Amino acid sequence: MTDQAQHAPAATPKPAAPARAKGGSLLGLGRKDFMLLLFVAALILFAPFLLNPFPAGSAMAQFNAGYPDLMQRFVIFGIFAIGFNILFGLTGYLSFGHAAFLGVGSYAGIWMMKLLTLNVIPAIVASVVVAGLFSLVVGFISLRRSGIYFSILTLAFAMMSYALAYSVLTPITGGETGLQLKYFDPRVLDAPLEAGVTPRANLFGIDMQASTNMRFGAWIFTLNAGYYIAGVVMLIAFYLSIRLFRSPFGMMLRAVKSNQNRLNYTGISPKPYTLAAFVISGMYAGLAGGLLVAMDTQVGAERMFWTASGEVVLMTILGGAGTLIGPVLGSGFIKYFENIVSKINESTLNAWFSFLPDGLQDVVVAIIYPFVGKGWHLTLGLLFMAVVIFLPGGLVQGGQKLVTVFRRDRKSADAEKAAAEQRQTQE
Amino acid sequence: MGILEVKNVGKRFGGLQALGDVNLSVADQSVHAIIGPNGAGKSTLLNCLVGKLIPDTGSVTFEGQSVLGRKPHEINQMGISRVFQTPEIFGDLTVMENMMIPCLAKRDGAFSINAYGAMMRDAEIVERAEHMLEDMNMADKRDMHAASMSRGDKRRLEIGMCLAQEPRLLLLDEPTAGMARADTNNTIDLLKEIKASRPITICIIEHDMHVVFSLAERITVLAQGTPLVEDTPENIKGHPKVREAYLGESSGH
Amino acid sequence: MEAIILQVLNGLDKGSAYALIALGLTLIFGTLGVVNFAHGALFMLGAFCAVTFSRLLQLSHSVVDETRTDFLGNPLKVDVYYVQEIFGETAGAAIIDWAVPLSILFAIPVMIAIGVAMERGLIRHFYKRPHADQILVTFGLAIVLQEIIKYFYGANPIPTPAPDAFVGSFDFGVLLGFDPGGIVYPYWRLIYFLFAAVIIAAVFAFLQFTTFGMVVRAGMADRETVTLLGIDIDKRFTIMFGIAAAVAGLAGVMYTPINSPNYHMGMDFLVLSFVVVVVGGMGSLPGAVLAGFLLGIIEAFASMTEVLDVLPGINQIIIYLVAIIVLLTRPRGLMGRKGVMED
Repeated sequence: MTDQAQHAPAATPKPAAPARAKGGSLLGLGRKDFMLLLFVAALILFAPFLLNPFPAGSAMAQFNAGYPDLMQRFVIFGIFAIGFNILFGLTGYLSFGHAAFLGVGSYAGIWMMKLLTLNVIPAIVASVVVAGLFSLVVGFISLRRSGIYFSILTLAFAMMSYALAYSVLTPITGGETGLQLKYFDPRVLDAPLEAGVTPRANLFGIDMQASTNMRFGAWIFTLNAGYYIAGVVMLIAFYLSIRLFRSPFGMMLRAVKSNQNRLNYTGISPKPYTLAAFVISGMYAGLAGGLLVAMDTQVGAERMFWTASGEVVLMTILGGAGTLIGPVLGSGFIKYFENIVSKINESTLNAWFSFLPDGLQDVVVAIIYPFVGKGWHLTLGLLFMAVVIFLPGGLVQGGQKLVTVFRRDRKSADAEKAAAEQRQTQE
Repeated sequence: MGILEVKNVGKRFGGLQALGDVNLSVADQSVHAIIGPNGAGKSTLLNCLVGKLIPDTGSVTFEGQSVLGRKPHEINQMGISRVFQTPEIFGDLTVMENMMIPCLAKRDGAFSINAYGAMMRDAEIVERAEHMLEDMNMADKRDMHAASMSRGDKRRLEIGMCLAQEPRLLLLDEPTAGMARADTNNTIDLLKEIKASRPITICIIEHDMHVVFSLAERITVLAQGTPLVEDTPENIKGHPKVREAYLGESSGH
Repeated sequence: MEAIILQVLNGLDKGSAYALIALGLTLIFGTLGVVNFAHGALFMLGAFCAVTFSRLLQLSHSVVDETRTDFLGNPLKVDVYYVQEIFGETAGAAIIDWAVPLSILFAIPVMIAIGVAMERGLIRHFYKRPHADQILVTFGLAIVLQEIIKYFYGANPIPTPAPDAFVGSFDFGVLLGFDPGGIVYPYWRLIYFLFAAVIIAAVFAFLQFTTFGMVVRAGMADRETVTLLGIDIDKRFTIMFGIAAAVAGLAGVMYTPINSPNYHMGMDFLVLSFVVVVVGGMGSLPGAVLAGFLLGIIEAFASMTEVLDVLPGINQIIIYLVAIIVLLTRPRGLMGRKGVMED
C-alpha cells in the first residue's frame, strides 16, 4: 500500500489543478457530466408528476406509477444498479450474487431499527458497513478466480446466504416469515411505543410514510417524504459514481477489463483494484438494502434469491453496462414496466382492442395475454434476450444509434436540399 | 557486475529441459541481444526474468536484488519493463489513457485508491502523458481508441508506455515479429533513439538478424536451453558454433 | 454400517441427476465453448415431455354405455381412453401405467429437435461473444422457457407416478445380509440410478468408439486444428448440442416420479449442476460424472439427522461449501484440464 491508499477516498481533495478542462468544473465534474447529474436530479424531483400522466379515476389511472411505494423502489434499485455497474461495467467481472449484499444490508438495517432507534440513519450506516464487510469476505475468495468461475463462486455464495437465512440463521433472519418491526422491540434510544402501535421509520422526526397530495384538476400527485429522502441518497450515490468513473481508480478498473496482462507488467496489481470495486459495489447494494428496510420496515430472505441477483444484472445490461446513466435508466425501465405490464389483465386487453372486429379482437387478446399480467416474467426474459442479442450496449447505445440515424437523415436531407438549390440556380 | 545477473538458471517442464544451466550478465546501459533458434528457451528465459515463471534452480538478480518469487508487477516496480511479441495495450481505452496508466503506476505505485479526484485534471499526470506521446510522435492520435490503430502504432505506444515508467531495464520479446520491413526499420530507429536519449539498458530477444546486428552491443546465443557463446556482434557473425546452430535449424525446417 | 450404505444409496439418485445434467453442460462447454445457463431448462422440458406424453395417452372421449344406467335411469356416459380403444383394454391400461418410461421414446426426438433448434437459432451466434454474454442470453432463454411451461401447465407440481410395478421399496439390506428393514430403498430410485449409469456409459462409449465421437473429442481438445482438417465441425457440434439436450431431457423424464415436475425445477438443478461442473473441472466429462455422484452422496450424508443435530442446516449449504473449498484449493476442479476457461 502506498501513502495514497491510506487516505479515505473522500478525504483526498486534489489540489485543483489549473483547469485544463475547458470551462472549469462544476462540483468537480466536466460540463457533460454535470448536465447528466442535473438531468438525474430533475428526474428524481419531478418523478411524482412524470409518472402520473393519467387523471385520477380515469380508466388508465391504474397505470400511473407515481405512488410512493413504487417510486421508492425506482430510486432504491437505481442505487443497486449503479453500484453493480461499478463492478460489472468497469471491470467486466459478472457477479451473480449481488442480491446477497442487498439482503445482508437489509437485515443489518432492520436490527438497528429493532435495537437502537427508528431513525433510519444508524440503520443505513449499519447496512452499508455490514454489506461492505460481507462483500470483502466474498470478494476476497471469489476474486481468486476470474471469468465464469467468478460468476459461479458469487452465485454459490449468494445461494448459500439465502439457504442460511432461510433455515439455520432463523433466530437472526426470521427464516421464512422474515423480520418486521414490533412495538415491543427494545430500541434503547427511543421512548417505548404503546402496545399495538405500528412502529414507523423516520429521519429525525420526518415520517418515511408522510405524504402530501397535490391536486391539479383531475390529476393527483403524491409527494412522499421517504421517496425524496431515498432520491437524495440516490443522487449522492450517482454523483459519487460519476466521480469514480472519472477518477484514476475508475480508469484502472477499465484497464483491468481491457488487459490484465499489460496491467501486471505496468507495475500494477489488478487484484486489490477489483476487490475494492467489489466492496464498493457491495456497499452500494447494502445501501439499497438499508433504504428498502427504511421504507417498508420488513425483510424476507427472498430478496437474496439468485433471481434477484439476475434482476440487477438485467437492469444494468438493459440500461447499458459501463455507462453512467445506463443503470439508472435500466432500473427505472424494468421497475416501471414490471408495474405496468403486470397490471394488464384480460379485461383491460379486451377494452383496448374493442375497436377491432370480434373475432380479430379475440385473436389479438389471446396472443398478447400470455405476455402480460402474470406473464410479465416471460416478457422480461424475451427482453433480456433481445437486449443481449441486438443491443449489447443497452438503451444508452440504442439512444446513441437513434441519434446517429436521425442526424444522418437530417444531413442527407440537407444535402438533398442543397443539391436541389444548386440545380435550381443552374437552371 | 551487470545490472541483470542470471546464474545457473534451470527450468524443466515435465520431461523437457527448457533451460539447462544459463549464466548471463547484462552490462548496465548496454544493448544486449539474446538470439537462438526456435525452441532454444529464449521465451522461457524471459518469463523467468519477469516473474511469469519461477526457475527450478539458480538465481536472477536485478541491481543486486533477487527477482525470484516476486510477482510480475513487483518486478516491474523494481525497474524492469517488458514489451511483448504481440503488442499488449489497453485496447478499450484511448491512446492518452493508455499512456496515463504507466504514469500513474510510476507515481502512485502498485495500488492506490483515488476514486474521487478527476483523472483529466491531474496536471502532473496529464502533462507527463502528453509529453510521452509527443516523444513517441503520437500526439495526434491522443483520443483514438488504442485497438483501432495499426500494428506499428500499437508497438510504438507499447514501447512509449514502458518508457513512461522510466525503467532501467527494457526487455523486448521479438519486437519486430510480423512487421513489414519499413516498420521494422522504424522500430530499430526508435530503439536507437531511446538508447541515445536516456540511461537505459535494453535486453532484446530477436529472431531477425538484421535487427540484432543493427542494435546489439553484445549477443548471447542460446541453443537447447544453454548459452552457446556470448560475444560482440562482429565476433558472433563468423562464429562456427552459431552457424552450426542456425544451419541445424534451417535444415530442420 | 447400514446408515452409511443407506446414505450412499440416497445420494445416488440426486447424484445421478446432477451427473447427467453436468455431463450435458460439459459436453456443450467442451465442444462449443458455450456456458449454457438454459441447460436446467432442458432438464425441466424433459420432465414436461413426460407430463405431456402421459396426458396424450390419457386423452379420452365419452361413450354411452348401454349396459349401465345412472340413478335417473338414463344410459351412463363413460370416458374411454383412445389408447384402450386402439390397443385393447388391458394393453391400453398397461401403456398408460407405463407412461413415464414410454415417454423416453417421445422425449428423445423432441429434445434433440429442441436442442438443434436452440443451437441453430441462438447459441451459434454467441460462439465468439464473451462468456458473460453467453451466460446472459441463455439465462434469458431459461426464463422464457420456464415461463412458457408455467403458462401452459400452471405453477403447481404435476404428480407423474411411476408404473405400478415399481411403486414401493426394495429391502436392500436383506441382500447384503443385514436385518430386514435396515436399508429400504424405493425401486424407482434404483431404476433411476441404473438408467443414469446406462446413459453415461452410452455417452462415453459413443465418444470413445465412434468416428463421430473421435472428431468431437478432438474438437474439444483443439477446435482450430480440427477445423483446419476440413471436417465440418460445426455440423457435428450442432448434433452434439442435440445429444446434450437429449441427455438432460431424459434425466428429466425419468426424474418425474421422484419429484413431481414444476416449472422452476430446472433452475433449482441448474445452479447445483454448475457447481458440480466447476467442482469436477470445467471441460472434463469424467470429472462431471464423478463430482455429480460425489456431491449427491455428500449432500445425502449432510442430511442425516445425526449430522444435522451437530451442524444444523449443513445440508442446505454443503454443496456450495465443498465447491468453494475445491475451487480455492484445486482451482481447476477435481479433473480439470489446463488452459480451459483461464482468462
